[in-house]
Amino acid sequence: MALGIGCTARPGNSRNNKTGSWRVFYPVMDTEKCTKCGTCQLICPEGCINQNPDKTYSIDLDFCKGCGMCAEECPDKAKAITMIKEEK
Amino acid sequence: MTMEIMEGSIAIAETVRLCRPQVISAYPITPQTHIVEGLASIVADGRLDAEYICVESEFSALSACIGASAAGSRVYSATTSQGLALMAEVVFNSAGMRLPIVMGIANRAISAPLSIWNDQQDSIMMRDSGWIQLYAEDNQEAIDMHILAYKVCEDHNILLPAFVCFDGFILSHVYEPIDLPSQELVDSFLGPFNPYQKLDAKDPISFGMYATPEYYLEFRYEHDQAVKRAADAIKKYGKEFGEIFGRDYSELVVGYKLEDAETAIVAMGSICGTVKDAIDEMRAEGKKVGLLNLRCFRPFPSTDVAKALAHVNTIAVLDKNVSLGAKGAVAIEIKEACYGSNIPVYDYILGLGGRDVRKRDIKKIVELAEKGEGDMFYGLREEVL
Amino acid sequence: MRELRIHGRGGQGSVTAAELIATAAFTAGVYSQAFPAFGVERRGAPVQAFVRFSDEKIRLRSQIYEPDYIIVQDSTLIRDVNVFAGMSEGGIAIINTEKEGTYNLPKGVKLIVIDATKIALEEIGLPITNTTLMGAFAAASGEITLEALEGAIKERFDAKLADSNIAAAKRAYAMVKEGHV
Repeated sequence: MALGIGCTARPGNSRNNKTGSWRVFYPVMDTEKCTKCGTCQLICPEGCINQNPDKTYSIDLDFCKGCGMCAEECPDKAKAITMIKEEK
Repeated sequence: MTMEIMEGSIAIAETVRLCRPQVISAYPITPQTHIVEGLASIVADGRLDAEYICVESEFSALSACIGASAAGSRVYSATTSQGLALMAEVVFNSAGMRLPIVMGIANRAISAPLSIWNDQQDSIMMRDSGWIQLYAEDNQEAIDMHILAYKVCEDHNILLPAFVCFDGFILSHVYEPIDLPSQELVDSFLGPFNPYQKLDAKDPISFGMYATPEYYLEFRYEHDQAVKRAADAIKKYGKEFGEIFGRDYSELVVGYKLEDAETAIVAMGSICGTVKDAIDEMRAEGKKVGLLNLRCFRPFPSTDVAKALAHVNTIAVLDKNVSLGAKGAVAIEIKEACYGSNIPVYDYILGLGGRDVRKRDIKKIVELAEKGEGDMFYGLREEVL
Repeated sequence: MRELRIHGRGGQGSVTAAELIATAAFTAGVYSQAFPAFGVERRGAPVQAFVRFSDEKIRLRSQIYEPDYIIVQDSTLIRDVNVFAGMSEGGIAIINTEKEGTYNLPKGVKLIVIDATKIALEEIGLPITNTTLMGAFAAASGEITLEALEGAIKERFDAKLADSNIAAAKRAYAMVKEGHV
C-alpha cells in the first residue's frame, strides 16, 4: 500500500476494518416476529442494520460489535432480536 | 527510603504536590491526562493548598501560569504534543519574562499525521524557546527532576522556566517502583518560593515589555547567558539533591559502560533503559559498546559531551525526533560538540509516533554504525513507501 | 526476567490485571513493571497489557514479544490474534473458555483452560474475569502469592467489590492448584 501524500485517505477506508471481530454476543433477527418498526436501525450505533426491499431488516455481522442495543430496544410486542453468545 | 509501586503520572502528580505549587493550570491531553486529573483530585481533596485554574486551552493554561508566577506564586503545568504547539507563543513569552515555571511534558508525536504515541518532537520543537529541557530515563528521574527543576529555575541567578520531559505512555502510563520522597526532605531542599520580583500594586512593574532595536539584542543575550549558566546550577543543585535524597544529578550527561567503549550510543529519555540492556548483551559477546545518556538538552552540555566521547571510535545517535530537511536535533548538537575530533557521528531517526524500539534494534544500529552506515531513518517499512 | 502478556478486549480489565499483578509481585519483594499496549482503548477492541518480573531493577521499555506466560481473557480473540506468538518450551498459557478448543500451541507450552466467566458470574455477578484469571495465574506461575494478590485487590477496590473479587481469585487459585482445570 502506498502512503497518500499529505496523510490522505480515500473514502470508505473504515469498511476494511471489520469490527465485527470484537463481538462476544451476536444478534439474531426473527423476521416472523419483526413488525418492521425500524427502531433497531435507528438505534444501532454502528449503522450496520439495513432495510431489505421486502421491508424486513438484516444485520451486517462484519461490523456489528454485539452491543445488544437493538435487542434491548426492540419493542416488547415484537422482541424479534435475540443475542446469542459467539461460539468459541 | 521506601519504595512504592505506582503509575508514572500519579507519581508525578504526588511529587508536584510535595513541591507545594500555589497555582496549577493545565488542560488535559493524552498522554498527560492522568497527571492533571491526579493534581485536580489532590487539590479538591485538600491535600494541597493551591489554586487549580480550569481553562479552555493550553494557550490559556500557560497564560494563567504567567500571571500567577509574575504575581509571586510557585506554579505548575503539564502538557504534550498539540497542547505544547498551541502554547507556542506563551512558551516563548514566559521564558522571555524569565518566570520560573516548571512544566511536565509527556512526550508525544506531532500532527499531521495525527498520533497520540510517543516520540520527542514536541519538546524538541521548543528547542529555541529559552526553557531548560531535562529528559528522564525512568519515573524516578521524572519525579526527581521536577523537584530539581524548581530549585534551579527559582535561583535568582537563573530565573528560567523548565520542561521536565518523560516519554508519553512509556513512562507516563507504566507502573513501576519509585521512591516518593517525604515532605520534610522536599521542604528542606526546596523551601518556599522567594520571587526575585513580582507584580505588586504598591510597587508596580510590568513584565514582558516592548524592546526597541536598541535593547532587543541585549535582552536576548542576557537570556542566552542565563540558559548557559543553568548548566552549572543544575550540577550544583543536582549534587545537593544527591546529598539529601541519595540520588545524584550533578552530571548533565551520564555514561554507561562508556569508559572503555569503542562505539558510543547517545540517547535521551526512556530508550536509555533498553539501550543499557542491549549493551549488557553486546558486552557479553565481547563488543565494547557504551551509552551516553543526555539528561539535559537545554542548556546543551557541549563540553561535557565532547569530553565523555573523546576516546570512542564511532558515535551512534538515537533521535526520537527529526528536523525535517536536516537531521535529528540531538545528532546536530553531538556533531557540533565533537567538531574537530574526527570521530564519525551517525544519526538514526527511530521510534517516531510510537514505533516500538527493541534490544535487537539497538544491536542492529551498532552494527550499522560500525560499518559506517548511518544518517538514516531506522526501521522503515519499505513495503508501504 | 520473566514476562507476562495479557490478551483481552477493551473493557475486560486487562490493564487493571497487569497493574494488580505487578503490585502484588512488588509487595512480595521483586521488581515489577506493568504497562498497556497503548492505542485503541475502545470497548470490545483487542487489547494487550504486559508485566515484567525481575530480581533486579527493570530497565527494558519495549513491548513483550517472547512471553513466559500469557493470559487470554476471551478465547474469541484466538480467531483474530496469534496469542501464542513468541512462546516457547516451559511457557504457560492460561485461557478463559467454556470448552477447550484445539489450539495451535507451541511445543512445550503448558495449557491451562478455565471457565473464568462462570466463576466471575457466580462470585462477582459480572462477566469481568480479570481477578479470577489472576488467581489462576498466581497458582500456575508462582510469580505472585495469593496473599499479595488479595492485598493488591483490597487496595484497588472498595470493600464489597474486593471481597467478591478475592473470592473469585481464590476459587480459581484452588482449581489450578488441585488440577481441576
